[in-house]
Parts: sequence; C-alpha cells; structure tokens
Amino acid sequence: MNSQFLIGYSPRKTFLHRLNGSTKLIGFVALSLIGMITYDTRFLAGIFLFSGILFYFSKISYQEIALVLKVIMAFAALNLIMVYVFAPGYGMTIYGTQHMLWGSPQHYFNLSWEEVFYIFNLFLKYTFAVPLALIFLLTTNPSEFAASLNRIGIPYRTSYAVEIALRYIPSVQRDYRTISLAQQARGYEISKKAKLRTRIIGSAQIILPLIFTSLDRIEVVSQAMELRRFGHNKKRTWYLAQPFALRDFLALATIAVIVIWGVVLFKINGGRFWNPFK
Amino acid sequence: MIKPIISFKDFSFQYEAQAEATLKHINLDIYPGEKVLVAGASGSGKSTLGRCLNGLIPQAYPGKFSGSCTVNGKPITESSIFDLSFDVGTVLQDPDSQFVGLTVVEDLAFSLENDCWSQAKMRQATQKWAARLQLKPLLQHAPQEISGGQKQRVAMAGVLIDESKILLFDEPLASLDPASGAASIQLIDQLTTSEELTVILIEHRIEEVLRGKIDRLVVLQDGQIVANGQPEEILRASLLQQLGLREPLYLNALKKSGVSLQSCTEIADVKHITAPQAKEKLEQWMTGTQLKQPVPKKEELLKIKNLTFSYAKDKPVINNLSLTIHKGEMVSLVGRNGTGKSTLSNLITGFLTPQQGTLTFSGKELEALSVKERAEQIGYILQNPNQMISKTTVFDEVASGLRLRGITAEIEDKTNAVLKVCGLYEMRHWPISALSFGQKKRVTIAAVLVLEPQMLILDEPTAGQDLQHYTEIMTFLENLNRKQQLTIILITHDCHLMLEYTERTIVLAGGRVIKDAAPAQILTDEEVIQRAALAKTSLFELADRFRLPSATEFVAKFIQAERKERADEQSISNRI
Repeated sequence: MNSQFLIGYSPRKTFLHRLNGSTKLIGFVALSLIGMITYDTRFLAGIFLFSGILFYFSKISYQEIALVLKVIMAFAALNLIMVYVFAPGYGMTIYGTQHMLWGSPQHYFNLSWEEVFYIFNLFLKYTFAVPLALIFLLTTNPSEFAASLNRIGIPYRTSYAVEIALRYIPSVQRDYRTISLAQQARGYEISKKAKLRTRIIGSAQIILPLIFTSLDRIEVVSQAMELRRFGHNKKRTWYLAQPFALRDFLALATIAVIVIWGVVLFKINGGRFWNPFK
Repeated sequence: MIKPIISFKDFSFQYEAQAEATLKHINLDIYPGEKVLVAGASGSGKSTLGRCLNGLIPQAYPGKFSGSCTVNGKPITESSIFDLSFDVGTVLQDPDSQFVGLTVVEDLAFSLENDCWSQAKMRQATQKWAARLQLKPLLQHAPQEISGGQKQRVAMAGVLIDESKILLFDEPLASLDPASGAASIQLIDQLTTSEELTVILIEHRIEEVLRGKIDRLVVLQDGQIVANGQPEEILRASLLQQLGLREPLYLNALKKSGVSLQSCTEIADVKHITAPQAKEKLEQWMTGTQLKQPVPKKEELLKIKNLTFSYAKDKPVINNLSLTIHKGEMVSLVGRNGTGKSTLSNLITGFLTPQQGTLTFSGKELEALSVKERAEQIGYILQNPNQMISKTTVFDEVASGLRLRGITAEIEDKTNAVLKVCGLYEMRHWPISALSFGQKKRVTIAAVLVLEPQMLILDEPTAGQDLQHYTEIMTFLENLNRKQQLTIILITHDCHLMLEYTERTIVLAGGRVIKDAAPAQILTDEEVIQRAALAKTSLFELADRFRLPSATEFVAKFIQAERKERADEQSISNRI
C-alpha cells in the first residue's frame, strides 16, 4: 500500500546520481554554510543559479517535490514577512544609507530600498539550499546515507541510526494504521467529523500503544544487532559505500573553488555584506 | 570419544528481577552435528536456555548463576556476546525485527560489515549464501516487499554467513503460515546435513518440528529438564501429554482407537508409522463412531453480496465476493497472506468502503452506519493486545468504550458484569502492565464486549501461545459462543484451531471464497491446502498411511470425539 515517504530516492541515470553520497553531502553542507554566512548578493545569486542548474540536470520531476516545495515556500514567506514586521528599518541600519520608497525613517513602519534589498538577500539564502538538499535526498540511495555520514567523520553508531530509522519507518507507519483503526472502532473519533479537541484526545490514544509497540521492537532490534557484532569494533565497513572516483574529486574541487571565492569576497567587501548603496 | 559442543553442568540461573531461579540444575550435553528440539510451555525456561547459548545471558540479562555452561569450549560466564557470536548464530522469533538492513543484500552483509570485511569479500560471501538459500532474485528487495518465510531465510543466511557451526532458532514457526513453516523445517533439515551444523530449535509446536528429522527432544518444565532423549522414546511413553504439551494429533487418534503407543515403530513419522493391528483398530473405531449431523444455524446475521474492493484500478483485492454468516456460528477465515482477509474484515467494520456490493447485518444495511456505530454491533480484535490497550488499569480500559459513547449511568454495573464474564473481575484495579499475554487478550475482548456486539472478529487470537494459554483463550471464546450466542469469526493460519474449535471454514484466494465447508473437509483437500498455504493435518496422513476408507470422515469423527471429551471435562470441572 502506501509505505512511501514524503520524498524518496528514485534511481535515474544522471551524473548527480552517480556521484558519491559523501561528495553530495559535503557539497550540500559546505555550500549551505558559506551561503548562510555571506550577504554578498552577487555570490548568493550565483549559487542560486548554480543549484538551480544542478537541479535541472538531476531530472527530478516537479510532482515528486511539489508538496515539500510548497511547505518550504510558505515558511520562507512567513519568515520574511516577520523579519519586516519586527524590524522594518534594519536594512538602513546595515547599509548606513536611507533611500526611502515609502514613509519616513522617523516612523516605525516605512519601506526603504535598503530593506527591500536586505530581504531579497534573505530570500536568496533561504531558497538556494533547497534544490541542493533535495538533490542530496532524491539522488542518493538511502543505503548510502549512513556510509556517507560515517565517511565525513560522524561515528558509525550515530550514522547507522539514520539507516535504522529509514528501515523501520514503514513498520511504525503500519503499526500506526493498525492501532488507529482499532481505536476508532472503540469509539475514538479522529476523522474530520469530530471537533478538534476530541480529535487531539483521540490521537493521544494512539500514541500510547504505538510507543509501547515501538519500544518492544527497539529491544528486539538492538539485540539482533548485538548478536551480529554491531558496536564492538571501532570501525566498520559498508557493503554499499562507493569509493571516490575522478568525478567526485572534480566535484569537490568545484565546491572548494566556490567556497574559497565566497571567503575571498569577505576580504574584498570588508565584511559579510556587499553594499551597492555607497 | 567425541566431546560435547555445548555442555551444561548443574547449571542454574536466576534473573536479577526475579525471586526464583528460571533454570534449575540443568545437565545437558549436545554433541556436534546433533539436531535438538527444546520444548516446553511458556515460562518453562526454554528461551532462557537459548539466551545462555548466545551470550544474551549474562550480558543483556544479568542475574545469578551457579554450575557451568560451556559453548564450544568457552565458558559463557567469561565470554561476551561478541565472542559467542562466532560460534552460535541466532535466528530470532520475529524475522521482521531481525532484519536491520534496508535491502536483503545489506542485511546479509551486516555482520561482515561489523567485522570490517572488504567489499569484494563481502560480495563473494553474500553471493554464495544467497545462492545456497535461494535468495538471489531477492537481493535488492526491501524487507516490506518479501514474505515472512523469505525473511526467515534472510535471517538464516545472515547468521550462516559467519560460518558458525551452531545454529539456534527461537520459535521459528511462531510467525509463519503453516506452508512456510513446513518449508522452513525442511530447509533446516537440509542445512544441518550440508553445512554440518549443530542445530538447537526452541519451539512448542512439536508435531510440526518432528516433520523434520530430530535427533533429540529435550523437554523443560519449571526450569528443569523433565525429558531428554530420542523423540521416539518420549512419544512412545506418551510423556508430552503428561507434561502439558500438545501431543501430535495422529498419536492421539491412535490412542483413541485403542492402539498402544508402546507397540508403535517409527512413531515420529506419520508416513511410516506401524503398529500391530493399527489398521484394523482404526477401522473398527471409525465404524463404531457415529458422526452426528451438526444442527445447521439458519438465522442470517451478516450477509455479504457481490462485494468488490480494490486499492488500485483493475486489481481487485476482494472480487465479487458473496458470503453469509449465521447467528451463533464460530467460523474460521483462512487464506494466504495478502489474499484479502484483512481487507474483508476492514470492509465489514467500515474502515474501507466497497466499490460494489452490499453488506447487511441483521437485516439492516451496514453502509449507512459509521465505524463507531458498526463497532457497537461488530467487535474487531487485533492480534497484538498491546496495539489495542490505551488505558493503564483494567477497569478503565474496559469502560472506555462506554465512556466514549457518553453513557454514564450504568458504566460501573455494565463493566463489572463484563469483567466477571471474562474472569477479570478480581483484577479490575490492576495495572495492565502486570497482566500476562492471555490476560491482556481477555482485556481487549472485554473492552469490545462491553458494547454488547453481536459478532466478534478476531485476528489470530492465539498466535505464539503455548498449549495452556491457547486452550485458555479458546475455551473462553467457545463459552462466549455457546452461552451468549455470540457469533465469532476467527482469522487464522492455525490448522489445529480451525479443526478443534470452528464448525465452518471459509477459504479465501484471489479475493474470492474458494471453499466454504467443515474444517475436516478443507484440511483433507490438497488443492485447497496448497492454494491457502495451509498444511495437511497429520490425521489426514494417518488415514492415508493405513488406507482408511475416507480421510475426511475419519478426521471429522476424531474431532467430534475430541470436542466431546473437552465438553465433558469442562462440565466436570464446572461441577467441582
């Protein structure tokens, strides 16, 4: 039935799918970091375009990500509105000039080119990483996740937790469905017909049995893993880990160039901001 | 002289949290190449014995012990789970939980990954074991895409890949349908010989395990070994029954017809068993027993007409199905996994809406009723009571159905009445966590009965239960059926349960009813057995072995005699 995740891996033949999971993870993390730090609009626009192009090449279809995309967009929009409402003059403080579009700097609510520009920067920062994250999630075989995490230095016990979660999410979903049906038959109403309060109470009745069922499962799983020697050695190998290929080194080099370019820009701009108003 | 590979010497073990020792003065030697069945009721200590072998005791379950236990020369008190894992491979009861990889091949390689093998060597090893256990076409599959039997094969391959020489199975039959269970037993047989393994099977379903070759049967009771020897000797002495375990049905039948088990040869193998005058005595018993015609129940309760349902287009799970259940019937619903049994019960309880067809319940259309309203007429009980219980005390759990329906007046009286019927009244203030599995099951049934439904649907009510608990649950249901005229549908794989407790069996395949008849007829029909993943009853094979005139009649008569005995026993115990 429907045991699929919100978004999931789909095997395709593109260079992004062939890239090593670790490479994609490093790329995602490194570009996100530099993008979070910098406020250089030219640079942000550059990586926005770059990740957009990569996304196009990944051949991920819009249907696969429509829901996630809408959710992210809604949150980003809400966030930007809040940023404006709480500090409409912040852009002028940062850039030190006052080019008014509406109102005057003396009033709380006003609008300046500086504010618009600042919010535009934020918009780029929120959105450029989305295609990168989606590329990582949708073009990497989940079996490779744990191996990738482990390779970039995260202890294997922690990395394997990700794999275990992916493995047992469908089982927990199935438990949830079964329990929910049984509780509904008892008379707990969780459909849209009932009032919100009743529905919340109804849902809580599912959580308790679900937790107990899952705890039972966790005990068996951890024993099964221990009986097969998980956790004894300092290291472990991964059946599906991919060795680094030439394309991975090329990709990492490209990422390094972009990150270094971002750092160099701090020097040129004399700080994190690029100021077109002076 | 060959040295034992596993050796218990005056070994006792007591769990930290328990007042009494679970294993008491165990003396047991198991030799390389032996295949040993460890049987016993739940609580007899058989699982504890298994945990000693793989090191879970004392590491995961600490406690006090005395005496000695060595596995392949290693004393378990000084060995870690890690050390022992090279000697003993463990296949757990629930193959789904044991499956830790995202795909079959990753799960096979799991222990090798932990041993830091190179990928090339892992690929070689997984290929080799996948070939031996016929898993090659499944290597890239996710666990939710394969069947229970296949998962168990993955679990076996995943431990055999360590080349360990001792294999421990913890209730290998508990989560499989009869057909997969039989296949598993056969495969274990094969591997024991081809891989030169020492195999220890912990299981209470002795009859099914004995279909493979067993060198030794060890029976535990209250933490002590009460029988230890060749299965033939133990069967001949009729020890199992005395020890509260289920004796193979065919032996029961032989005893009934007056054949002395002591005189039997090849007693563990129903296909070759012989005894002086067995044929004559069986035939005599058969002619001497009159088959009573069951009184047919005529009052229609649930009428299903031309029901069709599909999740995806053009792939109907329920396909134009028609069926009538009468008031007061106890019916078993059987069929392979994925054949629409759960879908059908979901359609009846209203979780799903049919695309076509009608459901009528005591003359009223069910379609107009919501899930909640239907639940007042038809109670649905899940296999796992932990999935149903949402309150912390017995009384609250049972009363919650009434409270949710806004009934406040007679809650106390109604709930107490149901608690009495279910034998839970004395425990009404107990926390549910203090109850046994069977008691929890009764709580879930009581919680549904409090709404006074006319029909119950139970999903595998006895799965994983030993004979005592099984009998306890089934006697309880049988009484409800008889005394309260409650109609009961049991969804099950258990052939014993079908035969012993239900008068009518409905077999589903491909979303249709392929046969609807008395269980004795179903379990002697080879085509139906195969299509529904059931297993032939050994009674059928016994009839075949001695060329009795009609196997179906023989089985029916045997079951009738069994039920009569059960009813007599009960009326005696009631009088006392």
